[in-house]
This record gives sequence, structure tokens and C-alpha cells, in this order.
Amino acid sequence: MKAYGKVFKYGDNVDTDVIIPARYLNSSDPGELASHCMEDIDREFIHKVQKGDIIVAEKNFGCGSSREHAPIAIKAAGVSCVIAETFARIFYRNAINIGLPIIECPAASKGIEQGDEVEVDFDSGIIYNRTKGTQFKGQAFPEFMQKIIEAEGLVNYINRK
Amino acid sequence: MGMTMTQKILAAAAGLPSVEAGQLIEAELDLVLGNDITSPVAIHEMDKFTKQGVFDKDKIALVMDHFIPNKDIKSAEHCKCVRQFAAKHDITNYFDVGQMGIEHALLPESGLTVAGDVIIGADSHTCTYGALGAFSTGVGSTDMAAGMATGKAWFKVPSAIRFHLTGKPSKWVSGKDVILHIIGMIGVDGALYRSMEFTGDGVANLSMDDRFTIANMAIEAGGKNGIFPVDDLAIAYMKEHSKREYKIFEADEDAVYDEEYTIDLSALKPTVAFPHLPENTKTVDEITEDVVIDQAVIGSCTNGRIDDLRCAAKILKGRKVKKGVRCIVIPATQKIYLQAMEEGLLKTFIEAGAVVSTPTCGPCLGGYMGILAEGERCISTTNRNFVGRMGHVKSEVYLASPAVAAASAVTGKISAPDELGL
Repeated sequence: MKAYGKVFKYGDNVDTDVIIPARYLNSSDPGELASHCMEDIDREFIHKVQKGDIIVAEKNFGCGSSREHAPIAIKAAGVSCVIAETFARIFYRNAINIGLPIIECPAASKGIEQGDEVEVDFDSGIIYNRTKGTQFKGQAFPEFMQKIIEAEGLVNYINRK
Repeated sequence: MGMTMTQKILAAAAGLPSVEAGQLIEAELDLVLGNDITSPVAIHEMDKFTKQGVFDKDKIALVMDHFIPNKDIKSAEHCKCVRQFAAKHDITNYFDVGQMGIEHALLPESGLTVAGDVIIGADSHTCTYGALGAFSTGVGSTDMAAGMATGKAWFKVPSAIRFHLTGKPSKWVSGKDVILHIIGMIGVDGALYRSMEFTGDGVANLSMDDRFTIANMAIEAGGKNGIFPVDDLAIAYMKEHSKREYKIFEADEDAVYDEEYTIDLSALKPTVAFPHLPENTKTVDEITEDVVIDQAVIGSCTNGRIDDLRCAAKILKGRKVKKGVRCIVIPATQKIYLQAMEEGLLKTFIEAGAVVSTPTCGPCLGGYMGILAEGERCISTTNRNFVGRMGHVKSEVYLASPAVAAASAVTGKISAPDELGL
């Protein structure tokens, strides 16, 4: 599985309140949630994002609330992968459970800038920055989590067990 | 190698003699929790399981608390969805208007959480029950659905940071000041993926409500859980509120901690977290400029318990909320509401010019009941001060204890109670 797209770059501690503000949590419709994705941190995001694009952030991405609406909004906005130096733990679980690919990679987080075109190979964990011609290796998932990812989420994984 | 308190609980729940940090385990769950925002997503996921139904109708708690009484049609539809699910599966612990309270105040009060439990909740502040010596942690809606269907959850066994508490907090220093001090010290990702284990003689000087506040905000340091030893006070609390059997786990003497901190509670001062992260802390005496406020919120799963209301009432008694400040008091549960009424606290609040609301998470997450306009500032006993958390993206939230929030409501700027001669 591969992802390829243009990068939207953010800093430390991107919290779930800015990913999807609670004033929109009276809906659980993925399309509606996506239409407000990143609104309080980057008003342009939803107008500019295209299918396949990639979010790159620094430390503690997705901190705060447990709202699964956050990875749902990002996925439904068309984002193919989130790369960060670290993820907040509930966001990390949620992303895997709903099948939004995420990769922890401090070097990529530092070496990728807004607008760069980036390719991600999920099997090898290789992140290739086409714009700069640089390459990074993301942290591999434990085997157990790989199985959830392969099943495209926790529900399918449990059904197959 | 010795195990931490959290590791011992997880080992028992996984049916293993021992576990170590980093190990992936599957644990049996004692309780699965959801609210009116997270449960509808989980219920939708439940439909996708090949095996239908819930694992145990007595071990699921569904609490309508974020946007209720329903704030609009969409939130009414969410509650309706959960209500129908609860009826269909005969869920014992379904809490709607009239019985509900803010989930993390309600469940311990209702006796549903006790020491030794393994609890997941689709709400990040599920870590609150660590105050009773339970392992409890926040998850998302899909984990909640899997928990409701199977009664199990997977965990990566966490390593731990130990906070050794000593001494006795001074008069206007509460659990909120303790946890804000800690978050200020280690940062919002200082405990990422790890347990925060609180130990030491100082624990005995913290009320149960203080401990709930501290465990509640473990997530604000990125922690997987926060946990306290089970002492006489915790046992008395559980005996008063619960019929369930509790199980006491203690960390091994040779348990290994990633980091250890000693905190002298007597040295702490009233503390405020400035926008827009809970780690941006200052003690009130370090604030040199006047921070003028438009609103004060006293409530939430962090600080809406009876101790919190008593403390705020002590300050507001015989005083007035400053003209131009909106002071909103939200008792966390019906029981706390009633108790506050019987103790005359509600009268004190109303006479001071505050409003008292039915239990709701409301303003804490910018839902309703106290949303901020552009440029407005709020001192709040809630748990997050992120950008746009309580309303407009250019509004500001300052986190503090009930004592500081109440004193600030009187002076109109961020103040400690001693500024009122208290």
C-alpha cells in the first residue's frame, strides 16, 4: 500500500479541538465533519486539500479529547496519511481502529515542509520526499497492529478472529 | 522484575502472572463507558459485528452529559440513538435527563467504579477512576464498540512515572493546583503513553475529590492513566457508594519507574494555566499584569464535585460577582446539585449573582451554556484551554481551581482568595 500527495505541515500539540471543534460534534457524519476539519488552526485546509494529501506534524499530534470524529474527519477529507514525531495515544489507537494510516517518524517530521510532495510506502515504512529528494524510515507497527491495519480496522479484525 | 500498580491490575485482567512495559495484552473489562457524543459512533460500529449484542448489559454505562438537555435537533438525534440502543439491549446503567450527571463524577458516585477494575471509556477523562485505585483509560468509539461487543480490549502495557507526594497543601491549594503544577513541570506530552502513579504520605492529605481532579487530568500530560494507592479514605468512599467488591493492588517494592518526582504539597501555590495549553502554568503570585475576565466557569468532570462547590461558596458567600463578569456554576451530578441545595450553597451562588445550571459538560468543550465571543476571556475550573475550546477561536481560557475561579469572579481579574482577605 502506498500514499502520495502534497503536504500540509503543522507544529507541536495539534489537539482534537482544532482538528474538529466540539461545536460540530452534534454530527457524526464523516462528510460533514470533514467540511470543518482543521478549521480552527487552518481555515484554508479544507478548501485546498486534495485526495491523497498528507498531513505532517511535530510532537503529540491529536492530543486532548478521545473523539474518533478527529481521525474520521481527516480521513473523510481525503488525507491518505498522517506523519508526526509522536501521536497522542488515544488518537493513535483511533486512527488504527478506523483505518487511517499514521506513521511516527521524527526525522521526516523535521525534514518535510509545507507543500512538499511526499510518497509513503506502508509496507517498508519508507517516506520519500520527492520535492527535496530525501528519504526517511518510519517506525514499524507491532505485528498485532499490522493485522488490524490489514483488516482495515478493529471491527473487521475482530470479525475475522 | 517488579511491577507497577497499573501493571499488576493489567496482569490480573489479562490472566497472566506478570506483564512488562511494552507487552501487548488482551484484558477483561469491568466497565465500558460512552457519552452522547461518542456512543452514537460506537453504536454505528456495533452494527458491523458479525456477532450481535452486548457482552454484559450490567457492565456498560451510557451517560448523556455533553449536549443535554438536548441543545439542538442534531444532539437530540444523537441522544435518541443511544436511548434506543440502551432500550434494545436493556442496558442497566443508562443515564438520561433526571438521573444523569457528568460521567466521571457520576460513575464513582453511583458505585460503578471500584479499586482493581479495568475500565475503558470513550471519553478522554475516563482516567478519573484511578483515584479509587482502578485502571481506567480513555479510548475512541471503535474501541468502545469492541468493548461492548466482546468485553475485552487490547492494551500496550505502560511504563510509569512516579510522583511521590509529601506534606500538606495550604489552605487555598487543592488537587487542581497539584495537577496543574505537575503538567507545568512535565508538559502536555510529559507522560505520553505512560502511567502516572501517585504515592507518598502526602496522598493522605488529599480528599477523594482532590484525587479525582488529579487523576482526571492525567490525560492532559498525555498519560494513559493516573492512579492512586487505595487507603482508608478510598475504602470508606467505596463502602459508602458501592456494593461491588473492590480489589486492592499495590506496586511491588522493586517496581521500575521511568522517572520519579517528589512534590512537597505544602510548597505549592494557587496555579493557573494560561492559553492555549494546560502546561502554560504560572502561580497566581507570578502574574504581574491584570488579567481581566469576562466569565468564570465552576464545574466539569474536573471540578464540579461537592468539595469544589463548597470551596467556591466559601469565597462567594456575602460577596458579589463583579459587574460585567458572568459566573456559571455547574454541579456535576443531580446528587451533588441536591446536596449543594441542602447545604445552602446554591443560595450563596445565586445571591452572589452567579447562575446555577443543571449538570452538563456544556461550556467546557464549547458545546453550549457559556460560549465565548471573539476576544473574551474565561477563568475556568475545566481541563483544557486549547484554541477555540470554549468558543471563538480568538477567545481565551485560563484553567484554575474553584477557589481561584470564585475569587476572580469577585475581583473581575485573575486573583487568589487571599486578595479578598481570605
